[in-house]
Parts: sequence; C-alpha cells; structure tokens
Amino acid sequence: MRVLAAMSGGVDSAVAAARAVEAGHDVTGVHLALARNPQTYRTGARGCCTLEDSRDARRAADVIGIPFYVWDMADRFHSDVVDDFVAEYAAGRTPNPCLRCNEKIKFAAVLDRAVALGFDAVVTGHHARLGADGLLRRSVDLPKDQSYVLAVLTRGQLDRSIFPLGDSTKAEVRAEAARRGLAVADKPDSHDICFIADGDTRGFLAQRLGEAPGDVVDALTGAVVGSHAGAYAYTVGQRRGLHLDRPAPDGRPRYVLSITPKTNTVTVGPAEALEVSSVRAQRPVWTGGERPTAPVECEVQLRAHGDVVPATVELSADGLGARLRRPVRGVAAGQAIVAYRPDPAGDVVLGSATITG
Amino acid sequence: MLDEALEAYVATSREVGNASSLHAAGRRARRRVEESRERVAAALGARPSEVIFTGGGTESDNLAVKGIFWARRSADPGRRRVVSSAVEHHAVLDAVDWLVGHEGAEVGWLPVDAAGRLDPEALRAELAAHRDDVAVVTAMWANNEVGTVQPVTALAAVAAEHGVPFHTDAIQAVGQVPVDFAASGVSALTVTGHKLGGPTGVGALLLGREVAATPLLHGGGQERDVRSGTLDTAGIVAFAVAVEAVVKGQQEYSARVAALRDDLVRRVREAVPEVVFNGDPVDRLPGNAHFSFPGCEGDALLLLLDAQGIACSTGSACSAGVAQPSHVLLAMAADDDRARSSLRFSLGHTSTPADVDALIAALPAAVDRARRAAALRTPR
Repeated sequence: MRVLAAMSGGVDSAVAAARAVEAGHDVTGVHLALARNPQTYRTGARGCCTLEDSRDARRAADVIGIPFYVWDMADRFHSDVVDDFVAEYAAGRTPNPCLRCNEKIKFAAVLDRAVALGFDAVVTGHHARLGADGLLRRSVDLPKDQSYVLAVLTRGQLDRSIFPLGDSTKAEVRAEAARRGLAVADKPDSHDICFIADGDTRGFLAQRLGEAPGDVVDALTGAVVGSHAGAYAYTVGQRRGLHLDRPAPDGRPRYVLSITPKTNTVTVGPAEALEVSSVRAQRPVWTGGERPTAPVECEVQLRAHGDVVPATVELSADGLGARLRRPVRGVAAGQAIVAYRPDPAGDVVLGSATITG
Repeated sequence: MLDEALEAYVATSREVGNASSLHAAGRRARRRVEESRERVAAALGARPSEVIFTGGGTESDNLAVKGIFWARRSADPGRRRVVSSAVEHHAVLDAVDWLVGHEGAEVGWLPVDAAGRLDPEALRAELAAHRDDVAVVTAMWANNEVGTVQPVTALAAVAAEHGVPFHTDAIQAVGQVPVDFAASGVSALTVTGHKLGGPTGVGALLLGREVAATPLLHGGGQERDVRSGTLDTAGIVAFAVAVEAVVKGQQEYSARVAALRDDLVRRVREAVPEVVFNGDPVDRLPGNAHFSFPGCEGDALLLLLDAQGIACSTGSACSAGVAQPSHVLLAMAADDDRARSSLRFSLGHTSTPADVDALIAALPAAVDRARRAAALRTPR
C-alpha cells in the first residue's frame, strides 16, 4: 500500500513509520505544522509543533530512508481544535483536544488529503491495536494505551488507519528506536496540551475569554461562598484553586459540581454530590460491530486514563445513554464516554460519544 | 560536481600548505590560488585583483550589500539608501532588511513587471529622486525562481550615470548566459561554486578596483583586506576549474538545454492547457521552466511527481518546513493562489529528452490528484 506516516518528531511515530516500511508499504513521511508561528508553541523537546520537532521528524525520515514533507495544517488546527477548545470551556464543558485533533485533523483533514493524493492509509504512532478484524483494541501497554482518544474514529476512518505499535510497550518502542539509530529514542514523552506553551490552561483561557467575575455558590445552602474570575476556568470534580471565603458547615472539602455559563456561576458541594450513576452523551459512533438495537453490557471509560466501570449502554436516535453499575465521580460534559468489550486479546472499543450530562 | 573540478579538488587537497605561509608548501598553495584567481578573472571578464574569494554566494552578497553600504556611508554619512528589487534572493533581501533594521538604512524597492523584469527607467527615476543619498544598488542578473534575465547592463549604466556602485547577484547566470564583468559595467558581482559544478562553500565576489567595501570578516588581511581568513586552496582551485569549464561550454550548453526546455514548455501546455507560464518568455535562463497550475498546490504536485522520480521545486519554505508563497511571484503581482500553485522544473547538464517524456507522462494524473486535494481546503 501507499501509506502516509504522520511524524510528530517523537519516538512513537518514527518507529511506526519504520515498521510500516518493513511491512512492505510504500511510505511517505509528513510532519504537520500546527502552529501559526512555530516558536510560540511549546519549546524544547516536549510536545509537538516546535521547530525542533519538525527537524527531529525530518532526521528520522532520513534515517528510515523515506521522502518527507511538512504539511501546513495550522488554520485547520486553529479552527477545529484550538477555537473549539476555547468555545467548549466557555460553554462550561471540558474538551479533550487530543481527541478532537484525531477526529478533525489527523484522521480527517490529513487523511482526506492523503487519499486525494493517492495514498491508501495513514500510519500513526498511537498506542492502540487495530488488527485484520478491523476492531480497535487497547494497547498491550495499558498505562500508554491511547484507544480512548481514538475511539471517536468512524469505521471509514479506521479502515484507512494503521497503528503499528499496539503490540509493543513503550519501553520496547524506545529500545527499537535506539536499535534503528533513531536519535529520538530518548526524547521525553509529550505531555499536557501542545498548544498551551507553559501548561497554564487557565491563563490561556483567560487571555482569550477575558475576565468574567462571578459567584461560587454552595449547592446545599444556595449561599454565595466565594467568587471567581471566569467560570470557564473550572472543571467538574475540581477541588484545588477554589479559594472559598467560608468553609463548608460540615468542614469537609468541596468540589466543583457544575458550571452554568448562563449565570456565570460555579456550583460547589461535597464529594458524594459528584457521584453519577447514569450518563447521557451525543454524537455516538459505533465501530465494534453492528450498531446495536438492544442495550449492551460492557465497560465504559469516562475520561482519558480514567477508571473503567461496568455499565449498560443503549443507543438511541439522538445519542447514547449509559447506566453505571457503580457511581463515578467527576464526570464532565465535553469528555468522551468510550464503551469497551473486555477481551483477553485486548479490550475492544465498541463505540464512543460526547458526554452531555 | 564536474569531474575535472573534483579531480582538481582531490589533487590539490593532497598538497599541504597554507597560502599565507612563506615556506615552500605555502608558496605552492599561493601559486595555486593565484592561478585560480587568474582563471576566474579571465573566464568572467575581470582583472585578477578584482576577484575576492569567499565562502560562497550568501557571503558574497552580504559582503557586497553591507560592505559597500558601510564604505559609502563612512565616506558620506548622507548616503544610507539601498536600492534593490523585491525579487532578489534572500541573501540580498535579508541583508538589505538587516541594514534597515540595524544600520538606519532606507530602502527603495524597484518594481518588476508581470514577467519579473526590472525597468532601467524606474531605476533612473529612483536615483534622480534620491540624488545624494543612495549608497548602493543591488539587482540580480537572473532570477533563481522564474528564470527571468534582467537588463543588467542597462541598469548598471543608469547607476554609473549617477556615480552609484551597482552590485549584481549572478549566481544563476554564470555558465547559463554570457557574463562579462567589465563589459556589463557592474561594480560588484556574486558568483558561487555549487551552482556551476564546483564545490559548495566556495565562491567569489568580483569587486571593481575602485569600489570600496568594508569587510564583514576581520583578521589576517587576506583578499585585499576585504575578506580575512585562511584560503581554502583546494576549493578555490576546483571552483576555478568549474568556472572555466562552464563558461567555455556555455553557448553549446545553453542552446541544447534551451531547446529541451522549449520542448518541455510546449508539451506541458498541451498536457495541461490552463497552465500559466511564469517569467520572461525570451530573456530567461535556458534550463528554467516555471509554471502555475491553477487549482493545485505546488507542494502537493511536488510530492506526487517526486514519487514518480521527477524532481522539481516550489518556492521556499519557512524554518519549520512549511511551503510559503513565493515572494518573487507575489512581486510579479501574482495572487496568493497563483504563487502557491507554482512549480519550477530545472534542466541541466544531465537532462535528457527522456526526462521530459517522463514528466509529461506523469503530469496530467498528478495535476488531477493535486486539484482534488486542493479542493478539500475550501472552508466548510
């Protein structure tokens, strides 16, 4: 096959590209330029998007011996990921930009362009398994598993994707990179959000949304217990940084229970008030077989690296509902609910949807 | 690299010696350098003392633009205007910008027409309007992107009327079109090795004996005190061999390659009727064919043709590697889309009719695919 390897400049995508070559594919490497001004994003060898990453990706392509190009995806990335990120927070939700980038950029804008240019598939260094059966499964390296941020992909997208790393641990990938003479073998993992240079999400949002002071209200008493500079800076389940003026009557810690952009209110309450035993979600995709018409017993994950809980999931015309077998705290609108079927050969992604409440 | 240049490089490298030294080995190296200086001078219509060896084209351009600017401003503080064109190579453009940013220079940008040509009358008007404040004029002999050959002799004559030194970047021109330093009337001329079959990292600035230039590099006082640094004897010898060879073969080479190029242009137009041919149709480099392919992105076409074994070039890329619309095409009043859809095919010594056949065979399908890819860019 003619395949396009998306190369971030990190160790995973470099090894993925090398493996694709070894599998007999005709591989072309592409680095995605996502920053409008490359220097303004994360500097140093930490995330994606820097000049150094572009250079690292090119060096890896040279070592592997494949053609290499840089594609300018900055405008699409800004409108579909960065602007969306800001708008979601403004609406009181908690977005996952990596998931959005996969959905809109890597496996949409990039994949569409690749297909138009005659490529058959896109290769990435995600840690997830995608075998001949077409099912997306967790990586063998569970702490590094990225199936959660890939679960948003549709059947059509998965059919044109190759994830060569799913059967390897991160340690194995690093060792292989060293063996192959790839200079990125020891490069630190990327963390946090690539377009927030200093890791200060609150500051990033404040710069774009401005100050919007409002009340922090206690859910039980209805009393105003503090103030905030912008409700968008809070996430459901958050405890730190609330700066409440008055302690709770029972002296126990309080958490963010909800954000109401309309009234610019942050509502806080005790931990148990965070517990939910049912979840509603919209825009479902279902890739683990036929779209079910009856409720499905499965496991669900409600945020990246979050706990997995048994649940009954039901698809409806307008969305997805899940009844959780045990209550879960800190379920935030905007995150994805991903349904898995436990499987000894790697838990299978059944489907996903965006949590609304 | 040309065989004869490579052989000269290797043979000279075996002889140890610093051309600045007085011992026997040094004298031998010195002799090689001076013989090379004479060969370069003879091939390009200059006097040996006018040949300043440098580390290549970028250095020569910087030395000419900044060096002449500094020397002229020192002699007359009022002279701090640089006149140039928007289609120059970045080695000139960025040197001019640096002077503006750091040395208080003013700049007059000469316009080009739709074919990328400079007008000597525009230079005359510029110099008449700034009679006492122009330090230096710099305009390239031939454009590296669209291939347009400039009326350098006419431009140099206008500058001479006003007593202003005129520098030309002739990197693309030497070996492609006749270049004669003295006959052209220019004050300074940039030439570099790797564009003419010589080594990379060696070139020259031809600098008229009466033209003062303040050095960029200070040190041992080599090269008329204008360019200090131990000379790269082997590189210089190989460079001189290459210059001599390409100048000697220029006429025959140009006729052959231009015929091949004309065939390529005709057949590309047949294969893709809506193609736009860029640059001067007559006064252009023999090996240069430059097109815009409406509805395509140049970098997509490049990827597709590269996969078919056909090498071509888009404009330039930023430091992260993102393709940028060509400043040359934008200066030619092309819109952003036309600039982004452009592609250059370069023919040279090793090009054959089979290369043109291969391009024509691959091009229609590549254009079709590139169009489909570009259509995806339309905002939703």
